Amino acid sequence: MNLYDLIFYLFAAVTLLSAAVVVSSKNIIYSAFSLVLTFFGVAGLYILLGADFIGVVQILVYVGGIMILLLFGVMLTNKITSVDIRTGTVNVLPSAIAIGVFMGLVTSIMIWTKWVSFPTETPLTTTNELGKLLITEYVLIFELLAILLLVALIGAASIARRDKE
Amino acid sequence: MLTEFGKIFVFILLAAIFVVVALFVAKLIRPKRPTKEKLSIYECGEDPVGSPWVKFNIRFYVIALIFLIFDVEVVLLFPWALSYKEYGVYGFLVGLIFLLILTLGMAYEFRKGDIQWARPEPKAINLKKLFTKESQIDNSSEIKE
Repeated sequence: MNLYDLIFYLFAAVTLLSAAVVVSSKNIIYSAFSLVLTFFGVAGLYILLGADFIGVVQILVYVGGIMILLLFGVMLTNKITSVDIRTGTVNVLPSAIAIGVFMGLVTSIMIWTKWVSFPTETPLTTTNELGKLLITEYVLIFELLAILLLVALIGAASIARRDKE
Repeated sequence: MLTEFGKIFVFILLAAIFVVVALFVAKLIRPKRPTKEKLSIYECGEDPVGSPWVKFNIRFYVIALIFLIFDVEVVLLFPWALSYKEYGVYGFLVGLIFLLILTLGMAYEFRKGDIQWARPEPKAINLKKLFTKESQIDNSSEIKE
């Protein structure tokens, strides 16, 4: 087991352990914060697999953005002053069966697939190449993305705006 | 042989180790004599009143939504920033147009007063007499209402 594998297992352990906290924690705030760690571990795995841009996106958008929305969603929607923000466990047996079947399916696919591996010591970075493509070949899509974001920005603001009469 | 991400990983590892070691050593050394006062929540010297889980102002959510959009913008600018220099003025213009389109959205937010913090409605007092000319411009949208 070399250093690469060691780091991989470290990130995998971080992801799995924090994911276990997410589903098992009684307090929804603790769950939300350990979800940060889960996203972070997944970002580490992405970067280890050579998908550096995806990893950066994972950290920026999921750890930075989605988590803020999630926390705000929890803090805004609950009637926190009167209701205890705790979650319970319901329907244990059906979910156990469903998870067992799903796990068996995934594991069997994992075992029976003939994986093709390309041994590369240091994978090439993808972000620079992506930028070149965005500027040359997909420049129209790049600008259209700006318009898409503009639409999302105006839409989100006008929906969330408090009605002023 | 360390890649750039390897360096970041070393930083993360050192930061984590630093926190764990500092807390663990402090736990070993410090005396532990808890009292009721020490264990209570510190609230700037005041006696804590009520639950800490207060309901947040809805305004935070609007700001969070706006932040999310600009977060995605940064993600898209990230590959552009790494490679625009190779294309000279053209590459610069591509990013400039991208940013200008989003600045339109920012201007919209400013004009509609979404960035402005929701304040309680001003009481029925003559604001124009109270404020100087400068602060009138700052609060112009509020006075209009």
